[in-house]
Amino acid sequence: MKSRIILFFLSLFIWLLLCWPVDGEHLLIGVLVAGLVAFMTGDMFVKRPHHFLNPLRYLWFLYYLPVFLWECLKANIDVARRVIHPDLPINPGIVKVKTSLKSDTALTFLANSITLTPGTMSVDIIPEEGVLYIHWIDVKDKDIEKATEIIVRKFEKIISKIFE
Amino acid sequence: MKRLRYFIGLVIVGIIFWLIFKYQFISLLEWQSRLLERAFFVLLVCGIFCLFRIGLGPTPADRAVAIDILGILVLGFCAILGIPTGRDWYIDIGIAWALQSFISTLALAKYLEGRNFDE
Amino acid sequence: MNEIIGIFFITIGLLFDFFGCLGLLRLPDIYNRLQAATKCVTLGTCGILFGLFLFNGFSALGIKALLCIVFLLLTAPVSAHALARGAHKSGVRLWEKSVCDKYEEDRKS
Repeated sequence: MKSRIILFFLSLFIWLLLCWPVDGEHLLIGVLVAGLVAFMTGDMFVKRPHHFLNPLRYLWFLYYLPVFLWECLKANIDVARRVIHPDLPINPGIVKVKTSLKSDTALTFLANSITLTPGTMSVDIIPEEGVLYIHWIDVKDKDIEKATEIIVRKFEKIISKIFE
Repeated sequence: MKRLRYFIGLVIVGIIFWLIFKYQFISLLEWQSRLLERAFFVLLVCGIFCLFRIGLGPTPADRAVAIDILGILVLGFCAILGIPTGRDWYIDIGIAWALQSFISTLALAKYLEGRNFDE
Repeated sequence: MNEIIGIFFITIGLLFDFFGCLGLLRLPDIYNRLQAATKCVTLGTCGILFGLFLFNGFSALGIKALLCIVFLLLTAPVSAHALARGAHKSGVRLWEKSVCDKYEEDRKS
């Protein structure tokens, strides 16, 4: 039931943003459609709804955003430098790293963060063993532990505080 | 040989940018609108690069990548068109196009993986 | 003032878009192309949309542009991930000067 209420308010919020100058007709249609969606698919949206009431998680999320955007900007400058260099200074390979995260949302956010940060892109995840395969444009170390230290650590701490 | 190819590519890109910034294709009065017209042509050059990759790509996966990137570029086109006109339905078209492009990319990836759609 | 900052953001975004598409042409194999293109084109288009938001403020156009930024940041890495996995499973090799391929070794054993 809590899951349905969360989905109802989320979809109503997105609908009101899509037709921004809010008036009565849009609000009525939005309530009807969001109620229908929440009634039909609400029970598979979130499994642990009590996490949404914890304000500490929102604070960690606000801390996560500027870190993520700064890494993203660094990644873009790095890729642009590699592309316009005459000799193409790349040294690619697929390495294997380990993670301690378990839930699906946390793994998804970890993979997205890895894809948009400097030089790395996630290729496959095995959630049972906690293993990620990562394509690295400039391989510094083939060892599992050291690659984990370089790639995953800085996001894993923040994401485990938000989504675990 | 490698340096020669790099130099030829640099000359071609320079000629394209010179053509874009020298001529004024549509006569608009405000300086902002003229700048935005140049932005439109730079995005057009990006789209032509993607079309080259679709034509040249040795494997089907390369073509799928270029199609994905082209779908994101169309969102940029719609945003640029929305600035001088001030109409809000251009970005509606952009949202719908980006959603369709995302779903079609997932379907292409599943086809590349060799699975059927009902798995 | 807002419009000058908006034009600055749009210029940065167009520059990153152009470098991303140049990387799509220059880099040697599909995984490198996917990396360069996804990163640069995603942040470049986000820059253009943020410029649009600065031009229009909190009107219908600006709010939709912000919604587009969130949508793009959530979906572009997912499609890149799916395409890389599909390409590797369909048998596309890495570049011949690549250092290591742990995924190939683990899939064979």
